[in-house]
This record gives sequence, structure tokens and C-alpha cells, in this order.
Amino acid sequence: MILQGENILKQYHHKGETINALDHVSFKVNKGDFVTVTGPSGSGKSTLLLALFGLIRLTSGNIIFDGKRIDNIGDRQLTDIRKKSIGYILQSFALIPYLTTIQNVMIPLALEKIPGKEQAKRAREILDYVGLSDRMEHLPRELSAGQQQRIAIARSIIHRPQIIMADEPTGNLDPTLSLEILEFLKKINRENKITIIMVTHSPVAAGYGTMKLHLNEGKIVTSGN
Amino acid sequence: MTILKLVFIELWKRKSQLITGLLAITLGIAVIVAIQSVSVVSEQNVARNLDNLGANILVLPQGASIDDYYTSDIDAPTLPMDYVERILTSTIAGVDNMSPKLTRRVKVGDQSVVLTGILPKSEIASKPLWQSSGLLGAELKTACAPSQSANKSHGLEDEKLKRKAIDTLNSKDCLAGSQVAKRLKLSANGRINIMGKEFNIVKILPETGTVDDDRIFANLRDVQQLLGIENQVSAIEIMGCCNAISEGLLGKLRNILPDTRITTIGQIVSTQIETNQLMKKITLIMLIIIFFVGGISIGNYIWANVNERKREIGILRMMGAERSTIYKMFLLKALILGVAGGILGYLLGTLAGVILGPYLAGIVVKPVYIYLLWSVLLSVTISLAGSLFPTYLAAKFDPHTNLQED
Repeated sequence: MILQGENILKQYHHKGETINALDHVSFKVNKGDFVTVTGPSGSGKSTLLLALFGLIRLTSGNIIFDGKRIDNIGDRQLTDIRKKSIGYILQSFALIPYLTTIQNVMIPLALEKIPGKEQAKRAREILDYVGLSDRMEHLPRELSAGQQQRIAIARSIIHRPQIIMADEPTGNLDPTLSLEILEFLKKINRENKITIIMVTHSPVAAGYGTMKLHLNEGKIVTSGN
Repeated sequence: MTILKLVFIELWKRKSQLITGLLAITLGIAVIVAIQSVSVVSEQNVARNLDNLGANILVLPQGASIDDYYTSDIDAPTLPMDYVERILTSTIAGVDNMSPKLTRRVKVGDQSVVLTGILPKSEIASKPLWQSSGLLGAELKTACAPSQSANKSHGLEDEKLKRKAIDTLNSKDCLAGSQVAKRLKLSANGRINIMGKEFNIVKILPETGTVDDDRIFANLRDVQQLLGIENQVSAIEIMGCCNAISEGLLGKLRNILPDTRITTIGQIVSTQIETNQLMKKITLIMLIIIFFVGGISIGNYIWANVNERKREIGILRMMGAERSTIYKMFLLKALILGVAGGILGYLLGTLAGVILGPYLAGIVVKPVYIYLLWSVLLSVTISLAGSLFPTYLAAKFDPHTNLQED
């Protein structure tokens, strides 16, 4: 088991009212799982994704990553875990607009202070893997949405993370490109044994999951393979 | 890819913002450099004019009064010439110039005139012991003036004469004050008989509006011999640096000349001190204004940049960038802007001072190279100070705010 959530509660207070964004959620994820998290808008999917690695803090409950509790550790240690062990893919690609393809992909390695030559070598390999070796010097605005998402995928795996957190990775793509990206994520999951936790609205995307969580009003209503 | 490279790429790719930010700091520094370049020369001019007010310290014999100094009574007390040497060979700082004088009222025909014996600079410089003091062998200093040589450029003989600094005054030569020249109908290159001794009139001095206008100046040795008062002087006039006066120069002089009366010419000293303080205050006020205006401009630029890059900050934090990395990103940017703004500001300000100085202030301004270092230091300080708060806020952003925007 790589990740476990125990009785996770996340409350927000709004105009004197307490809202349970995550209401005592528990789950277990094994290494190499492709987890899909579905549910209607406001059901707590994205909150769960953010809460898992400290991007928002829990009201109560435990999160255990790689055998260690991480819900009660400091910001610096959580930052270090995100830097070394987690890759993020977002709906809007989250690329830095003034950096070229290869420069965007190298950022996680730069944050780990890996030497420049090693960064460039690994970035070229990854861009070749995602089929963008001929677009290395392009800026994001010069590329299609699908190509931009492939850069985001390359960036999310270049530092060889244990888990990829994907929040609606196909939300901005047409059905053909969506399938292309989903197939790619499946390939990464299978070939590299990287655990993927993907939030999605799409039933097609949800179908790729080897483990499925369905949330409603902050609670897991169905869970299974 | 490094954080520094990321900063350079961001600066380069957003040129219009770079130019705006750079312009703000460059103009601020340029204004300071231009004002400072012009004001240094202006201060030198002011200091030179203050020197024209004359000596500001009088060393008189014990028991002598200021009246004795001005009325030049026949039996006014005197002090030994050796005292000049005592001052020159001491290590007291702040004595910029001095002039030993022997003054007596004498008769020329049926007219009463004041005869003053003065020691020309060339005579003082010829004494090896005095030369070694490094005081009078050199070009005249300007009291309290900035360190640059203020007097090299003007070199006007009349002005030097007004300042009572006589380079050469040979035996049997004399200088006549404007009033006494009129009264005795004296002219330059003419002759005058004083107490049976013939003197050549080298020059009629320009009017100063002081008691000097009614005096005849001759070589101190001649006057001492003529009056029969060998190796004695009536007073030693000292041009002391006004800062040194306020720091206890008089007390130090009293320690080496215990049996004398040492006094300041209050009005001159206070004028010098007030003028110097005013010049310093003006420069300080300008510096404070530029510091705040420059700091706020840069702070505003960095704050706009932080806001524009909120999403980017969120992405980086999400990927594992520490708060210190965000600090580094923005403070490195401020540092680069500071260094570039300091260099450009120095060049622009110096150019403005050199070009506009003669037109606006009627003075010749030369580049002051040490200002390059000060410009860069000031610019970097302003830039970093202005950027600290926006950077602090940037580092505090929650990454999830940006993720939710997605």
C-alpha cells in the first residue's frame, strides 16, 4: 500500500455555517493503482486531491504515505515530498508561458537542483517518450492543447514520482485528444508502475481506473475496482 | 535550468515590463547622481566663498583683546614667531591655512596708516621643517570643502589676494589696500616711503569691505625689522575647518599654545557651519525622497509582477518549490534590476550633470567615479527594500488558490 486516508474530515466555515467538504473519508491505494475519483461538482473530488499532499490542511483524520503519517508534518517536509514523489497534471496544463517546452519539463529537476546536463538529457528522453522531441524549443502558445497536456505529463513524470495527481486532465480536450491522453496515462501507469489518482467528470476517463472512488457531498458513496 | 536562469528568461521574455521597472530605478538613481555631482561642485564653490570671509580663528597674545588686533596700538602685546612652528609641527587636524601677522599703526607723511607684516607662502614653504608638515607647502586648501581639489580650477589671483594668501612677497615689496591707496594716492608699480624705508607697490588690492582695505601689507621680516620687534607677531590668523572647530580644535590649540588667547570669529564660523549643514540637509532630503519614491516604484513593479505570476507561483509551489525559492526568484530579479539600474542611473545622471551643470548652475561638473559604486549599492538597496514586502506576500500564497482557479 502506498497511500491511505483514514477518517479524513475537511470543514469550511462560511457565514456562520460549517460545510463538510470531505466528511470522514477513508480509502487505501496500492502501488501501481490507477485510481479515478468521480462525483458531481462540489462533491469534494478536487479538495481530496489537494488535501492528500498538504496543499490544503485537514480538519481531522490521517493520511499515510509510503508507511509514514504526513497529515501532521511541517510545510517544508510536505514540500519535499511533493518535489520528489508527486507529479501533478491539471486541466489547464499549468505550463509557464514564457518557458519553452524543454524548459517547462526541466522545472521539477531544477527544483531538485539536478545538474543542467542531466536535466537536459532526461528532458529530451521524456519529450521523446511523449512524442514531442520536435517541439522542444516551442513556447506553450505555439502548441495545440493536446501537445500542451503532453508537456504537462512529461513534466509530471520527469523526476520519477511515485504518484501522479491528475485533476481533470482531459477537461479541456476534445474526445479524440482525451482518449490519446488517457491512453498515455495508462501507458505510464503500466510501464513505469506509477500510481495515478485522477479526478474526472468523464465516464470514459473513469473507465480507465483500476480502482474507482465516487464522492457525493464529501462522502465516498461507492468504492471498488 | 536554474532559478537564476528562470529569472533571466522571465526578464528577457517580458521586455516591456523590464524596461518599465528598469526605467523607474534608473531615473531615480540618475536624479541622485546628477544632483550629487552638481552639488559637490556647488559645495566646493560655497566653501571657496566661505573662505573669502577670511580666517575664523585668532591666536592672540595673552591679555590682548580683539580691539588690540583691530586698532593695532603701538604698545599692543605680541607673541613669539615660534608659535607658528608649534602649530605646523603638531599633529592637530583641521588647520587648513594660517597667517602670522605683525600689525602696527605708523605714519606715512602726515597720514596714519596700518602696516601689516605678513609671511608669504613661498617663505613658509622654503622652511624644510614646515614643509614636512604638508600644510603650507601645498596649494591652499578650502575650509570644510569636499575632498576634491576645489581651487585648482579657479586660480584667480585677485581671489587669492582677497583670501590673504600671498604666494610671494619679496623684501621691499608691498601691497596696498584699496582705501589707503585712494587716501595716499598710491598706484601699482609706484613707491612708498614707510618709516624711512622705500617699498615697491606691487599691487593695489581689490576692495574687501574689511579693515584690510585700510592697510599696507609688507613682508613680515621687513616689518619686524622696521618696527624693531624681531621674531614677534601680533596675531596668528588661522583658517580652521569648521567641523574641526566644533570637534574641539580650539582646545587642542590651547594645549600647545598655553600662554595665548585663542578665539573664534563667531560670525564666520557659524556661517560656515550653517551653510555646510544646509548643503548636507538638502542632499539628505533629496536622498530620502528618492529612496522612498524609488522604493515604492520598484515595490509597485514587483507587486504587479507577483500578481501577474500568482498562477506560476502556485504551480511552482505545487511542484515542490519552497518558500525560499519564491523569495530567491523575486529578490534575484530585484537584485538584477538594482545592479542594472544603478549602472544606467550613474551613466545617465553623470551625463546629465556634465551637460546641464554649466547651463543650469554655471559650474563645470566632472564624472565622480566612486559614485558608480554608491549608485549600485543604493539602487540595489532601494530595489531589495521595495521588493521585500511583495515577495513576502508571494511566498505566503497558498498553492491551492491557484489550483482552484483552474
